[in-house]
Amino acid sequence: MSNVPADLRFLKSHEWARLESDGTITIGISDHAQQALGDLVFVEVPEAGRHVNAGEVIAVVESVKAASDVYSPLAGEVVAGNADLGGQPELINQDPYGAGWLMRIRPDDKAQFASMLDAKAYAAVLAAETH
Amino acid sequence: MGLRTPLFDTHVAAGARTVDFGGWDMPVNYGSQIEEHHAVRRDAGMFDVSHMCVVDLRGDRVRDYLRRLLANDVARLTEPGKALYSCMLREHGGVIDDLIVYYMNDQWYRMVVNAGTRDKDLEWLRQVAAGYGVAVEPRTELAMIAVQGPNARAKAASVMEPAIAQRALEIGPFFGLDAGSLFIARTGYTGEDGFEIMLPAEHAVALWQGLRTVGVAPCGLGARDTLRLEAGMNLYGNDMDETLSPLESGLNWTVAWEPQDRDFIGRAALVAQKARPDTRKLVGLLVEDRAVLRSHQKVIVANVGEGEVTSGTFSPTLQRSIGLARVPAATGDRCEVEIRGKLVPARIVRPPFVRHGKVVVAL
Repeated sequence: MSNVPADLRFLKSHEWARLESDGTITIGISDHAQQALGDLVFVEVPEAGRHVNAGEVIAVVESVKAASDVYSPLAGEVVAGNADLGGQPELINQDPYGAGWLMRIRPDDKAQFASMLDAKAYAAVLAAETH
Repeated sequence: MGLRTPLFDTHVAAGARTVDFGGWDMPVNYGSQIEEHHAVRRDAGMFDVSHMCVVDLRGDRVRDYLRRLLANDVARLTEPGKALYSCMLREHGGVIDDLIVYYMNDQWYRMVVNAGTRDKDLEWLRQVAAGYGVAVEPRTELAMIAVQGPNARAKAASVMEPAIAQRALEIGPFFGLDAGSLFIARTGYTGEDGFEIMLPAEHAVALWQGLRTVGVAPCGLGARDTLRLEAGMNLYGNDMDETLSPLESGLNWTVAWEPQDRDFIGRAALVAQKARPDTRKLVGLLVEDRAVLRSHQKVIVANVGEGEVTSGTFSPTLQRSIGLARVPAATGDRCEVEIRGKLVPARIVRPPFVRHGKVVVAL
């Protein structure tokens, strides 16, 4: 079974977001997503300073099996991309909610975070996908 | 629910993720596909290949039958146990399946065919057999485990009865040994040394668990695919099928043209195709950029024409993407591949990419 931490918010497309104490939001892909993709081999993350819109493709994660787009859950300015993923894409497989984070953004409107799925709702999405 | 091998429950208990493959529920990995791949290149890994179909062919004229049936020539097999890789063709030259056939004795050959093509293979085998009085006997009660890697033979022998282990270690490359309850062949689909072991289904779990205890890593179809592609081996249904001939599939080397009077099924079509200058060819591709080749991507060869990727993946050994592609005959040593909307340059190389743990293409 995949891990769905209670303190995160999610999209149906398997991105997660965490509100940090400094008001920025960290984004990654869920444990379910990394399991479904299999071993990751290439990851492209956006550069700091870029402005992204909600629903925009902001990253590409490619596994032995397939390439997959990652969508931004909310609008904002990219503060940092996870540079470690260039040399160690497997961090996403090993620790999708920790060292495998993709990027951090400063949101234009924090209310967009609250409108994302909570852990319970996301778990229900996963349950519906597998049954 | 698909068909299941005798090892299915063992795979699930070991944490395997399963997928449908040719109607069978098969393990795709047990965690990390890349670690499984490296286990085979560096030590020893094992695959449940019980979904493949073992067929015994028996009769006084079985040799004549196979010389008609197969594009390769079983007359090349003179020592008992020796194996031959061949395509089986329709009259128009299309590949029905690729297979391995073992010469056991003058009245008995053993063949191993693919899982997804089993029904049409058996139908064709029987149809052609009618004229030769050959009995076609699928051995569905047999399971098969492939143990592959530089340490695979030693580890596999360590779990066999001593008398059988001794004989197993003496099997030459591309030979099979009928050792009573076990049929042990020094063959595989990874580019590494190893065995493919056929045995009664009820003994499969015990052998699998025994191999685990001596450190043989369970490996799924994911690693099997990256290993075979690094080894430059075709996958039926991806790299060739009934609409394509061996000449368009990089398998010219498996067609026995001599002696010229051997009238194998498909010969006339291949002879005609060989004479045409526009016959496409199957080549290896190597990508330098951080992009991964996938089946059906378009290949563009400047001033020549277009082709298509038939198999593509990320090579764990080379740490870059490799693939096979069908391209126009006049293709040189460079091309471009359309990958996710971008044109990515690729080098054309001659497979294999990796053999016996070593990279054999220039990077």
